[in-house]
Parts: sequence; C-alpha cells; structure tokens
Amino acid sequence: MDLQTLTYLVVGFTFALYIGIAFWARAATTGEFYAAGRGVHPVANGMATAADWMSAASFISMAGLIAFNGYGASVFLMGWTGGYVLLALLLAPYLRKFGKFTVPEFIGDRYYSRTARIVAVICLIIASVTYVIGQMKGIGVAFSRFLETEYDTGLYIGMGIVFIYAVMGGMKGITYTQIAQYCVLIFAYTVPAIFISLNITGNPVPQLGIGSTMADGSGTFMMDRLDQVVTDLGFKEYTTQVMGSKLNMFVYTLSLMIGTAGLPHVIIRFFTVPKVKDARSSAGWALVFIAILYTTAPAVGSMARLNLMNTIQTGEVGTVEGNIEIAKVPQWMTNWEKTGLLQWEDKNGDGRIQYYNDKNAEFAAKAEGWGWKGNEMTKVDRDIMVLANPEIASLPNWVIALVVAGGLAAALSTAAGLLLAISSSISHDLLKGVFIPDISEKNELLAGRLAMAGAIGVAGYFGLHPPDFAAGTVAIAFGLAASSIFPVLMMGIFYKKMNRSGAIWGMISGIGVTMLYVFQHKGIMFIPGTSFLGDMGPSWFLGISPNAFGAVGALVNFVVAILVSKVTAPPPDHIQHLVEDIRVPKGADTATDH
Amino acid sequence: MNKTAEQYWKANIRLVSILLAIWFVCSFLFGIILVEPLNTIKIGGVGLGFWFAQNGSIFTFLVLIYVYAKRMNALDVEFDVHED
Repeated sequence: MDLQTLTYLVVGFTFALYIGIAFWARAATTGEFYAAGRGVHPVANGMATAADWMSAASFISMAGLIAFNGYGASVFLMGWTGGYVLLALLLAPYLRKFGKFTVPEFIGDRYYSRTARIVAVICLIIASVTYVIGQMKGIGVAFSRFLETEYDTGLYIGMGIVFIYAVMGGMKGITYTQIAQYCVLIFAYTVPAIFISLNITGNPVPQLGIGSTMADGSGTFMMDRLDQVVTDLGFKEYTTQVMGSKLNMFVYTLSLMIGTAGLPHVIIRFFTVPKVKDARSSAGWALVFIAILYTTAPAVGSMARLNLMNTIQTGEVGTVEGNIEIAKVPQWMTNWEKTGLLQWEDKNGDGRIQYYNDKNAEFAAKAEGWGWKGNEMTKVDRDIMVLANPEIASLPNWVIALVVAGGLAAALSTAAGLLLAISSSISHDLLKGVFIPDISEKNELLAGRLAMAGAIGVAGYFGLHPPDFAAGTVAIAFGLAASSIFPVLMMGIFYKKMNRSGAIWGMISGIGVTMLYVFQHKGIMFIPGTSFLGDMGPSWFLGISPNAFGAVGALVNFVVAILVSKVTAPPPDHIQHLVEDIRVPKGADTATDH
Repeated sequence: MNKTAEQYWKANIRLVSILLAIWFVCSFLFGIILVEPLNTIKIGGVGLGFWFAQNGSIFTFLVLIYVYAKRMNALDVEFDVHED
C-alpha cells in the first residue's frame, strides 16, 4: 500500500475514533460541559492534560529546536515541564477545593470584584486565542501537506473536526477524546525514536541512547561524536551552545514555567477531578505522561542532527569524496525539497552538497581552500525534523503515517482544550457572572457552544490570514499567562492580605509591561532556528529576548500588587475566611453540579 | 484559623519550600548556572550539567510531585483535615 493511502487510512481511523468518543461522552449539563461532572479519574485526567498541553509545538517543533540549538534548547525541556511542579504545589489542590468552574470565577470571588473577574477574562481570552491561532495554523499545514490539498481546504477540514467534537462534547467529550489522542501521539513519537536509537547506538531506550556508544563499533560516545561532527563543519558545539546568554536562558525557562502554571486551559483541568487529593496526584500523572515525550525529545533531536549531518557529509571533511553527490541524495530529501522546507544549491558547481557554517569566519576561510563557496544547504526548516525522522531512518510507511496522525492529534487536542477555556470564560464568566446572572442552564450551555463556534471562526480567520504571527503568538500567549494570571492566583492563596486593588493593578501592570516589550520587539521576536543564537538584539533589556519576558512581567505584577495592597484597605473578613477555607481539603464539594 | 489549621498550613509551607528549593537546584542551578563545572563530570559521554538540563531535571520534577502528593495526603490525615 502506498504512503498516501496509508496516511488517509490511519488519519481517517483516528478521527472516526475521536468523533465517536465525543458523541458517546457528549455533555448534557453545564457541570459536564465545563468540568466533566468532576468525575474524571486522576490517571485519565493526567493523560488528557498531557494531550491538552502537548501541542503541535511540542510534537513537531521541539525536537527540531533541540537538534539545531543543542544545549540552548534545554529552556523548552525544563520550562515546559517545571511548570507542573508549580501547578501541583501552588495552585491545583486549592483551586479544586474552591470548587468552581473557571479561573476568572476564582479571581472574581477571591478579590470580591467584578472588575477583577473581567480583567482576568480579558487576559485569558487574549492568551488563549493567540495560542489557538497557532494550533489552527499547524492543523491546516499538516492537513494540506499530507492529504495533498490546498492549505485553506486543510484548515477548513480541521476547523470542522474541532467544531464537531469540542462544541458537542464539552469538557466531558474533550477529556475522553484527549485520552485517545494522547495514546496516538505518544505511540507516534516514541516508535520512531526507538528505531533510530537502535540504529545509531544499539540501545532501544532513547533516554539511554544519548549516553551510549555508537553502534559502528568505534567505541565513541554518541554525544562526543555529535559534538565532533558539528564542530568539524564549523558549527557550535552541540552540548555547550547557549541560547542568547545564561541570563536569557534563566529568564526564558522561568517564563515558560510560570506561563505553564498560568495557562487557563491547563488549570481548568484540575477542576475536573473528584477530590483535592486527586488534584495533587493529577498534576503528577500529567507530568508522567508529558515526561515520556519530553525525555525522548533530546534523543530525537540529537540523533536527527547526527543523521542529517552524516547524510550530507558522507566522508572526511575537506576531501572531494567526503560530500554527497546531488544525483545520489536520498528519497526523503527530494520529498521534502518539494515542500520548499528543505533546499540546496550547488554554489561551487561540483555536483556535491557542502553543508557547513559559513558564518564562522575562521572555518569559512579554511573551506574556501577546499573550493567550497558557501553553505549549500540553503534552507533546513527545523520543523521538518520530527516528520522527516522516520523517512531519514528508512522506517516502514505505517510509521510515517502514524507520525502524521500523531502531529494532528497533538494540534487538535490543544486547540479543543483552549476553545473550551475561551467558551467557558465568555458564557460562564461574562454572561452568567456579569451581564445576565439569571440565565438558564440550557441557555448558558448554548451560549458556551456559540462562543466556541465564534472562537473557531476567529482562530480560523487568523489561520487563513496569519498576521505575521507564528512563533510570536506562542510567546505572547505564555508571556500573558505568566505575567497576569499566575501571580494573582498564587497570592490569592498564599497571601491572605492581598486585596482587590492590588490584584487588579498587578494584572494590568504585569500584562502591560509584557505586551509593551513584546510589541516593541515584534520585528525581531520571530525565532529563525539557529541564527537566533548569535543574533542578539542589541536593544533587548539586559539581553532578554521578548519570548522570555513573561517572567519579568510576572515580577512586576507581584511587586505592584504588594505595593498597592499595602496602601489600600485590606480584604474584608469573609474573604480572609474564604482563603483559610480553601487551604484545607476538608469539606470540598464533591457533587457533580452546583 | 484554629490552632490545628494553623499548624497544618505551616507544615504545608515548610514542605512546599523544601520541594521548591530542590526544584530550583535541579533545573536553574545544575542545568544553567553551574552547567560548565558539572559538565566536567561525564556519565556515558554526557556532561552532568547537560544531562540535568535535558533529562535529569524532568525526572526530578516527577519525584517532587510524587513526594508532595504523598506527604500532603499524610498531613491531611495527621491534622484531620482530609476529605471524608
């Protein structure tokens, strides 16, 4: 069976499965729609959270970032996992004890203020919508690439699929669908990794593969070989190359961690478990399922890089026979050349490809002596690494089809979770909470579904006409969540004296500073793979990249909130009692509805 | 807040502080600040600092959440604030 048919079959089957599950588990009450009736087992919830959390960025982009940024990409590995520690220790159990449906609802009640709730809704919507646009775009690209349709058609198909199961199923449907999606995506990620690790090191466990010797019998450690291969061609040493500066890496990691713990679609996950105890373990289970992919990613990234370098540099550097002949490039290279994401150009006309770092002046001079006239791999898009990996390692077609299905599962599950967070904040927080308090449950459910459909439309529109977003959207989403939502939630639980004015001004100044910085540098915030490393914006504050600025915004939020709360009236007694109450698990509401 | 609830909260804060200190050490300290000196220690061809940044910190995070959930559940029972 050819690859195209197989891809159709595998993707079609997984989609039928998702829609079937959504139909079977469709929501009937607002409790089920927003919080799955609080009847989700912690392990199941952890798996769903993992699928929710790991988007196209984790599945498709991250290993590519690691491949080309080496040690520098550790910020993503630590940042996107360490946030779960903050979530588990500082937020999840208390928010579950509080026992409501949405993040703004907590903020509104804790800070006894509609204004605070509305500010929180605005932060949440901006962060979620910007994030979902990126997912929609990923869905469109994946569909069009593999089903060989136009990008627009791919996007419409994706919107339709998301619409059906997110709008119908609500949180209950989404949760069970995401469990299926997790299974698909993790299988699709680890199977090729195991094969490749076996090929290169003989060790089937990718996590151990990076610490093993090469399978070629040379006795060289895999990482030493990789360092040698890349430095031989003038690239930075894989295991030591830094992203920007150490300070930038520090702040970047912190931003991603705080952003993780502040993203509403992740937080609302912990409203869906039966007990406070379950909220604690649920975060742990989520991280277990995330860690399976994240600890595999360094192996996928480093081995993909090694394979790529060895494909082009087939022999000794500097000898004529050392480089691959253009006529003999493997099939996967010509396949990806068609997409425009992989390009080469025979600059010196020798019929072979030279792939080296021509920005390294010293090495470029040496290369000229060999008759090399510049790097001939003119474009190597980092995003193709995961998708191309099974082809590079000559794995069977069903593995390639599976990877496509995995990428789509990752993008769809995240999009659905984000859409739910958006719809609940509009129908539950704005309509029921602020404008129409006596709305019936049926109408609230309808409003939630309409809001979701509207959000899909908006995201789809931006997906069709991306306003130069791409990587920048993710930065804004994380920056916003980190600088606005996390600090107010944390202080709401751990600092009893934090009051209304402190919270409102904290949120506004936190987002304000972050957005200002991000917009100020919007022109340079796009991350163009490796060149980003050496290309520090001279105007960046202390060399901190805009993507990393959320942590600074969060700091501003904390400082402003505390200062304002010191000079304004403390919160009333009943609020202080509320805080005392959410600190102890006893008496949590375990009912399915309220 | 009665006496027990106060002590429960103090015990909670102590636990969280210790765990967050380890969280900081395994990621920010070992993975970023002290990465060069730690990289001189090699295990299986991988520098220890590099390993912490790409794999070790994630494994540590898992242990932290596990310990937290286990200790907190024990504290709930000890101070009689657990659910049913």
